[in-house]
Amino acid sequence: MSEIVHPLHRFIRPSVTSTTNCPGCGNGIVAQAILRAIDELSMDLDDFVFVSGIGCSAWIPSPFFNADVLHTTHGRPIAFALGIKMGLPEKKVMVISGDGDLAAIGGNHLIHNARRNAEMVVICLNNSIYGMTGGQAAPTTPMGLKTATTPYGTFENPFDISNLVIAAGASFVARWTTFHPRQLTATIKKAIRKKGFSFIEVITQCPVQFGRKTGVGSSVQMLREYKEKAISVREAAKLSEEELAERIVVGELVDKAKPEMVEEIEKIKERAAGETP
Amino acid sequence: MSGQRVLTGKYFMMGNVACAEGAIAAGCEFAAGYPITPATEIANCLAERLPQVGGVFLQMEDEISSIAAIIGASWTGRKVMTATSGPGISLMLENIGFAVGVETPCVIVNVQRGAPTTGMPTAGVPGDMVQAKRGSHGDYEIIALCPSSPQEMFDYTVLAFNYAEKYRTPVFILSDAFVGHMREEVIIPEPEKVETVHRKLPEPGADPQKIKGFLDEDVAPMPIFGRGFKAHVTSSCHNEYGQRNLSDLAALDNFIRKLSNKILKHKDEIVLVERDYEGAEIVLVSYGAVSRAAAMAAALARREGIPVGTLRLITVWPFPGEEIEKMARKATRVIVLENNLGQLYPYIKAEAAHYAEVSFLPPSIIGQIHDPEEILKKIREVAK
Repeated sequence: MSEIVHPLHRFIRPSVTSTTNCPGCGNGIVAQAILRAIDELSMDLDDFVFVSGIGCSAWIPSPFFNADVLHTTHGRPIAFALGIKMGLPEKKVMVISGDGDLAAIGGNHLIHNARRNAEMVVICLNNSIYGMTGGQAAPTTPMGLKTATTPYGTFENPFDISNLVIAAGASFVARWTTFHPRQLTATIKKAIRKKGFSFIEVITQCPVQFGRKTGVGSSVQMLREYKEKAISVREAAKLSEEELAERIVVGELVDKAKPEMVEEIEKIKERAAGETP
Repeated sequence: MSGQRVLTGKYFMMGNVACAEGAIAAGCEFAAGYPITPATEIANCLAERLPQVGGVFLQMEDEISSIAAIIGASWTGRKVMTATSGPGISLMLENIGFAVGVETPCVIVNVQRGAPTTGMPTAGVPGDMVQAKRGSHGDYEIIALCPSSPQEMFDYTVLAFNYAEKYRTPVFILSDAFVGHMREEVIIPEPEKVETVHRKLPEPGADPQKIKGFLDEDVAPMPIFGRGFKAHVTSSCHNEYGQRNLSDLAALDNFIRKLSNKILKHKDEIVLVERDYEGAEIVLVSYGAVSRAAAMAAALARREGIPVGTLRLITVWPFPGEEIEKMARKATRVIVLENNLGQLYPYIKAEAAHYAEVSFLPPSIIGQIHDPEEILKKIREVAK
């Protein structure tokens, strides 16, 4: 008699038997979208090196993915990933981390690597809060929200991470929410094949920390909100900035060709070898 | 066609350039850094030379990403390095701890300068001697080598790569602006005379579930990326298989001890000193550029009939305490010479004071190398 197993189970590290995610967390939806994209491209996890930083979403590849995984210090995964790409240019390098990791402490590495345009996929799970440490304000937390470190409400303007990365010059930028797993999967597939720095922001629910702070406590409610607020890039183009204030613009925001750094380095090596002593 | 790695020949060469050539001779394939005085020439030289031999140099956005990038590249099986000065090391410290924690071979060159804080960039002051050992948080061991000439910048950089590979650990070159900017004769040997070491790897095709890639006091094989080892590499507390454990204190104890013991167990192979104290009653202990003045002062004192010897620390971490004790048992007085306010002095005193009278002599102005005459005056004083 054959056992019924999840079709993506073969991608999970055999030694892992449980999850540290809270009930209702969006991590599972994003993890499945990533693995489904790899599966649909008929690729193997050995074609990848996964890199993550610190925070709940950084625990998606570490330890779940049965692949080469580097779980790094807080904010630095993209910098580690760049070194990995230099050493293994033929492999796909994917960074999976959160908004606090990539846009707060690691913001400098995010913009500089968007500028460099070395081929890699960066998936940023944006839950607008610090989940692992217990609900502190992030650079993505909506203004006015009371959090553990802003008991009177945040008084700072938040980041639009995708726009930040676009401004820094990334060749591929997309945004989806956890309400859009199919679209997210299709975009991840595209990002994996993109010759350049690809950034995907996934708006994801943290019912335990963010949900409690906003009073929207259940993940189902949060997903419903994503559904209602989501607006495609094409539709959004017809609206004013004010009309878009409460909306989440989803879809592929940028997809352009730019010189890719690994290829540029190969050209430099050839030139330098000609000028050798 | 790829360029020559080892530029065999006799040169009049700057210490920092000799360091970069040593790295390339040792097989360095990737380096990343950020411009900083007085270490910049190393980056400049690597940026020119690495692409000629098929390698890559990246100028990063800061020192944090520089060390991160070289650790990432080391995990792909490449030999890697970065070079900076004090402020850069201060920024790198968290990731240096990371490199220790996941046992990553890498070479970190610190061309020390006038400090604290932004200090005086062009002054040669070895003021980061203890930072190299204790700068990152937690208990750990590190390897650090102290060159005193451009030739040694070449030789010890090669050695640093070999130690890094052999013990899977970050290795410091603790130079300073004096040695880094000094120009002297440097002899680069024939390629076959440059000894190079490569890290141990798991057997090809090894079952990923069975690879013990961490926490072996005799150095575990490194399950580098891209070979199907499916390595789980986390600097969080982990076991021999790399599995994270954040609740069991026994696992933490094992994590701390195994990492440290890996270096301490091999201390005898790692520690290098230069002894010249046969029959001496007074011994001058020093390292780096100061040891040049110490040798001169000892020669002058001997000419006066005072039996003075020298002990030069080449390896400063792991601390060569046994060598200090061995010396102190034979001497009656020990003078510690450092071009700072006494960074290694407490460590040296702790080992030597049981057997000999130990005193400390900084230069009259910090940042100036000791005048041998000044040292001689101190020798005459303690000889009374």
